[in-house]
Amino acid sequence: MNSADAADPLDEAVRAARLFALAPKLFGGMVLRGSSPARDALVAALGEAVTLRRMPGHIDDERLLGGIDLAASLAAGKPIRQKGLIEEAAEGVLIAAMAERMDGAIAGRLAQARDESQSALVLLDDAREADEAPPVSLTERLAFPCDLSASRRWEEVELAPAHGSLAAVAPLDDKALKAIAATAEMLGVDSIRAMIFAGEAARGLAALDGRDAVTEADLAGAVRLVLAPRATRLPPEEADDTEEPAPDDQQEPPPPPPEGSGDNAEERDDEQQDQQQQEPDLSELLVDAAKAAIPADLLAQLAQGKAPRRSGASGTGQKRKAATRGKPLGARPGMPRGGAKLALIDSLRAAVPWQQVRRREVDAGDDSPILMRREDLRIRRFEERAARVTIFAVDASGSAAAARLSEAKGAVELMLAQAYVTRSEVALVAFRGSTAELLLPPTRSLTRARRSLTELPGGGGTPLAMGLNAARECAEAVIARGRSAALVILTDGRANIAADGAPGRAQAREDAEAAARAIYACGIDALVVDISARPGPEGAALANAMGGRFLALPRADAKMLQAAINAAQPARAA
Amino acid sequence: MARFPFSAIVGQDEMKQALLIAAVDPSVGGVMVFGDRGTGKSTAARALASLMPPLMAADGCPYGASKEDQARYPDVCGQGKLVKRPVPFVDMPLGATEDRVIGSLDLERALRSGEKAFEPGLLAKAHRGFLYIDEINLLEDHLVDLLLDVAASGENVVEREGLSVRHPAKFVLIGSGNPEEGELRPQLLDRFGLSVEVRTPKDIEVRIEIMRLVAANEADPKGFAERWAGEDEKILKKIARGKAKLPKLEPGPEVLRDAAELCLAVGADGLRGELTLMRAARALAALEGAKAVTRKHLIAIAPSALRHRLRRDVLDETGSTVRITRAIEELFG
Repeated sequence: MNSADAADPLDEAVRAARLFALAPKLFGGMVLRGSSPARDALVAALGEAVTLRRMPGHIDDERLLGGIDLAASLAAGKPIRQKGLIEEAAEGVLIAAMAERMDGAIAGRLAQARDESQSALVLLDDAREADEAPPVSLTERLAFPCDLSASRRWEEVELAPAHGSLAAVAPLDDKALKAIAATAEMLGVDSIRAMIFAGEAARGLAALDGRDAVTEADLAGAVRLVLAPRATRLPPEEADDTEEPAPDDQQEPPPPPPEGSGDNAEERDDEQQDQQQQEPDLSELLVDAAKAAIPADLLAQLAQGKAPRRSGASGTGQKRKAATRGKPLGARPGMPRGGAKLALIDSLRAAVPWQQVRRREVDAGDDSPILMRREDLRIRRFEERAARVTIFAVDASGSAAAARLSEAKGAVELMLAQAYVTRSEVALVAFRGSTAELLLPPTRSLTRARRSLTELPGGGGTPLAMGLNAARECAEAVIARGRSAALVILTDGRANIAADGAPGRAQAREDAEAAARAIYACGIDALVVDISARPGPEGAALANAMGGRFLALPRADAKMLQAAINAAQPARAA
Repeated sequence: MARFPFSAIVGQDEMKQALLIAAVDPSVGGVMVFGDRGTGKSTAARALASLMPPLMAADGCPYGASKEDQARYPDVCGQGKLVKRPVPFVDMPLGATEDRVIGSLDLERALRSGEKAFEPGLLAKAHRGFLYIDEINLLEDHLVDLLLDVAASGENVVEREGLSVRHPAKFVLIGSGNPEEGELRPQLLDRFGLSVEVRTPKDIEVRIEIMRLVAANEADPKGFAERWAGEDEKILKKIARGKAKLPKLEPGPEVLRDAAELCLAVGADGLRGELTLMRAARALAALEGAKAVTRKHLIAIAPSALRHRLRRDVLDETGSTVRITRAIEELFG
């Protein structure tokens, strides 16, 4: 598909890496997105230029920040401090794999170290889905985000050494500063950090070439590397501007590297000269450079008016502190009882500083290697992600569903497909005729869900109260197991079967309202989606009674339905 | 428990082929086995490990270090003489704690002699061998994360409990799971070079044959092993020959083009699929003693190399395998 000489994202990333290696602490670091052979090659090349020190995701605070060296302290009989990884890697660069899974607490510590210019970082971002991303607190502090997922290269690369030094490059003049600020503004990059990075990157590009002044091409290059990937909106179009490339043919090569300094800017000048005869505005030039460099997926999102991806995985359940299972967190003082486990090493570590004092207190005859007291005891904590369960209650009756059931089924399937990434679960309640049943208990399995959906028949009366009650019971069971539950009810709200199974519109409506209020009383998040061809007032009333939201989607197909449900789903882990 | 001879495993040819490829060229990546319980998944993996010729590993080294490891990790692998030891096979229990997997501070030694010693975990044990995880889809997320990291880098980095240890941990990851019980994260799937689907054999004759063999093995494991030793020996030779042949095989441009076209046609994401497809085809050619890598090898291995990399479309009921075979037919006739 791609011709062999088409520019590859790796080229830009190599330039960013050269800049980073020039002044690791100044630029803070890189975020390398996409697990590709190109990224492996770049990391290997970077390892030649700077010392890379790997930081595992399960590092504890003690090792990150430094603390008491337990074994040495015990041997010496007095507390001996040990350096942490941040301190140890002060001369080099920390590299963290799977940064999209990084713990918030670790990100906080690293961000702090960054702010004190103690560390430089390379984050490897393997995120696949829109709602996975490394912690923003960190990426914000690293100058170069590079997306290598689309790279087609796998051969080795080399980081050519710089021809000059950063110190030799003159500071940016006012015109250049103004142009960067204006460009950032047009791209919707609010952070001052990003602007500072862009300015330094421009100087860095001059230093790589061994020049002592920054050219327009340097500025354009810096904008491409630092500002373009951070864009939150597309720059406003000029009234008579040339046609922008459509998002899908964005494989377009970015302008050539600045080796032949200035060519690039001249070319762009030529392009613009037919539009305007006077000297082109510098910031316009930079915006053009940025536009060409906005990553394809980001461009597509921006073009649709969506905000760029963020971390904070919506859809996953809330994090809970648990005592018995999950990902280990730090320890805290406490007694190991009620299922809590003793954190032996932390307990010993707590005891170490007191050993000399305690030895003086007790008889000299006590030759135990360490004197423990009750207050030394630490217990372990684990973080367990409370799985989020979305319970779909689907009205499969003749009135609502006959025509729309397949859309409802499609939407549920799409939600489930998403669930396997966000690690949330889905359950399915269907009601029709005179029954409501839990067709699918909370599950993550696509295969099972698809099967039970396919088997779901439609037609018959609308036992809405029964459906709501079944959904509520399922939600309560989910909550009782420590997980969070949300209801999505797909119905037209036109109940005609009462809670006891008897037909009759008035009683049915009354029962449905009671069931809705019960949901409200339980405090379960609820969303009512009316997908019937002509939505009436019943759906909204129902949503109101359960304190939930209401969506009327008379003509939505499965994909639209899923998007709307996603957008409207209550109480997202925000 | 006596190990079941690899050659005595009835059927399950795709799984056996994938395991042999992983044995010939570990750089292909691990093998993910989808399928029901009781289809011989763990038996086959175990059998393969015991079939492999012993390694030369540093004496007394908990990592079973090779000569290269000793040079690269002098402080953890020591300078012990190389002695023979069997290829490790580590069965990772689902409830394993993080400590157990990555290793932890040896408390006893810390307390008794104030010595800071690392007690290696399962990852250390699995170095140069096989790490088998049954029902990998039920493994806790944070364990999956650390496995992914180690599998990708070939090195276990421990920075906790005051320890700072780096040791080699290169292994062939073999996972098994039932998609009915939950999906796997795509990042994890991507780390597996090959994936296979196994089913319980439905043919009654085959089932009877399996029962007969298992019963014979249980009644007289030693005799059974001896009876199959010849067949196992043949497989061993095949692997050894394949390994020797591998460096001499280089897929030609037309095979590379085929691989790229196929990946594009089925919509396999990323370059990794293409690379794996090429490597696996090469390993298969080596295993068969072929003179060159051809389209035939590519087609034979394509379902295993690609089926877990297809972008999922939930509204499309067509299975991954069907999509791949269809694309092969369209492209290559």
